[in-house]
Amino acid sequence: MNNEYKIKVKNVTKIFGKSKKAIQLLSEGESKQVILKKTGATVGVSQVNFEVKAGEIFVIMGLSGSGKSTLVRLLNRLIEPTAGEVFIDGMDVVKMNKEQLRNVRRKKISMVFQKFALLPHRTILENVEYGLEVQGIPKETRKNKAMGALNLVGLEGYEHQYPQQLSGGMQQRVGLARALANDSDILLMDEAFSALDPLIRKDMQDELLDLQSTMQKTIVFITHDLDEALRIGDRIALMKDGVIVQIGTPEEILMNPSNDYVERFVEDVDLSKVLTAGHVMKRAEAVSVDKGPRVALQMMRELGISSIYVVDKKKTLLGAITASEAKEALDRNEGLAAILQADVTTVRPDTFLTDLFEKVSTAAIPVAVVDENNRLKGILVRGAVIGALAGNNDAINHLGGMANAEVAAAQPNREVKITWNNGSQKYQ
Amino acid sequence: MEQWFPKIPIADWMDAFVNWLTVNLEAAFDGVTTVLETLVEGMVAGFSYIPIYVFIILFTLLAWKVANKGIALFTLIGLFLVANLGYWEPMLETLALVLAAVFISIVLGIPMGIWASQKQTVKQIVVPILDFMQTMPAFVYLIPAIFFFNIGVVPGVVASVIFSMPPTIRLTILGIQQVPADIIEATEAFGSTTSQRLLKVQLPLAMPTIMAGINQSIMLALSMVVIASMVGAPGLGADVYRAVTQIQIGKGFEAGLAIVVIAIILDRITQNFGKRKKQGGTA
Repeated sequence: MNNEYKIKVKNVTKIFGKSKKAIQLLSEGESKQVILKKTGATVGVSQVNFEVKAGEIFVIMGLSGSGKSTLVRLLNRLIEPTAGEVFIDGMDVVKMNKEQLRNVRRKKISMVFQKFALLPHRTILENVEYGLEVQGIPKETRKNKAMGALNLVGLEGYEHQYPQQLSGGMQQRVGLARALANDSDILLMDEAFSALDPLIRKDMQDELLDLQSTMQKTIVFITHDLDEALRIGDRIALMKDGVIVQIGTPEEILMNPSNDYVERFVEDVDLSKVLTAGHVMKRAEAVSVDKGPRVALQMMRELGISSIYVVDKKKTLLGAITASEAKEALDRNEGLAAILQADVTTVRPDTFLTDLFEKVSTAAIPVAVVDENNRLKGILVRGAVIGALAGNNDAINHLGGMANAEVAAAQPNREVKITWNNGSQKYQ
Repeated sequence: MEQWFPKIPIADWMDAFVNWLTVNLEAAFDGVTTVLETLVEGMVAGFSYIPIYVFIILFTLLAWKVANKGIALFTLIGLFLVANLGYWEPMLETLALVLAAVFISIVLGIPMGIWASQKQTVKQIVVPILDFMQTMPAFVYLIPAIFFFNIGVVPGVVASVIFSMPPTIRLTILGIQQVPADIIEATEAFGSTTSQRLLKVQLPLAMPTIMAGINQSIMLALSMVVIASMVGAPGLGADVYRAVTQIQIGKGFEAGLAIVVIAIILDRITQNFGKRKKQGGTA
């Protein structure tokens, strides 16, 4: 039952100080402040529940003092939970004895720390080897593994240096390599990039996503930076005062904030870095290539547009034709294949808006959104893109998985008619 | 005061306790005496076996390697002066006494410090005892020391150990507890056992601080040599003591100067040894 989840956290609570009375009050629904006043105990994490799927990047976000760093330490019991259960691969970590816990820490969970926490008296290689060394793995094996991990993070050649000789970004790569060297499935990253300057931070985020695309680790990532959370998170849990306020995909958090707190948190977000082509594309009207110019002209007339995309039976994009070309073809009795313009601008559904502004603004006809097999998924209309950026919820497709044109088609009230010549849109 | 509350007979209790110890632990004290005597005398015999100029050169080279040219030069001139003034043999005796005391301080003090750093209750018991050891006037425990170990070098060593061990213990505790919490957390997160954490992380990182403690122990042991000479310990202290009782100002100064020379050499060498360890991390 737990198998589909790598990590399952049930009702986990951490209270610093005298916990008995505080737990009692907590179950009666008292707030953190009231409990502090009445008992002197601080509620760090309060009855938190969540699950993390294998291969997912799960971001826990909150401001400082929200309990996020405490929460991540409850997962590997660097901090002992006061109550609740933490299942890793279906086994309750909270009930484990020291020996079992040590094994979980050695084999299943690795951690990357905000302040790197490297051992200053050891070389980079020795630092990366540490997790393997404590397991008693032979020297040659652990050296090979450590070198492999250092290569992954791009630090080959630095293995005999000491941590102080490296920049912050490089030190954190060492921290990451140390965590990767253990081959554990789960990576806990506690504000791992927060101590780095913004440019390096972005590089590290990209690199993490890059590594993740090949390694498929289960990552619990702690951050106070919303942009970071939105960038790397498959799902985000927002914390406040030790409680998880909302869990959802970045898009859900942005578009449907569950309360004022979340809303205030997300209102300053740069939507162009969050929304993708898939979010703002409209249903594409296309004509099949085996149909004649007559059908194409008919469709254009019905839809009030002056050109149309041409696809084959599998919806693979072949090109576009204009109304005047279709008319000429009709006169000369030619098929669509003969007249279509194959050279059209396309983007992928997961392209961020910030990266497609230029294409959209310069294209003569709406930009086509295609998947990796060049199948037409939708089109980008300038008005819809701008509407989405303005925070207009109606202009955004709420997509569960991969974006596709059918989703838009299923919502006829959002369908738009397009006149390609001036790029404007009319709502039906 | 005596009117309404009788005097607490601490003095009587202490006398009875010391008598009891003398009688009942005689075998143990004799054993300790034999071991310490052999240790110190063995060292003196060993040192004396080395020709003076070889000894001076060896020490100078050590100072050069561990510290720098200046200290090497000081060692060369200082030891030459001691030999020239005719205090070579007493100097060796003092050196042996100090090294024996410091050796025992390290052997007992570092494990004690490690233990206290891991267990809060141990620390709470140990720290007041250290305060007691450092502040109780040395003469007070020299008297029972004579009972236990007779007159000679052994009570001198014991008194020096009592006086010089606290810094080693204190700075071992401090050094281990000063290891940053995030580093400890990281070693925990990777599944280290307690001994792995201690040996691979805490002790190496605490080493400079522990070395500072050992350096302090050496200096304190040296400061005890005159007092130790009052219970019959040989060495430079005995010369100073004799000069004081006979009011020989010049001789007293010479012997005192020899102590200063030895103190500075030992201090600089051990200090730099600690620093060198520290730099080991950044080299």
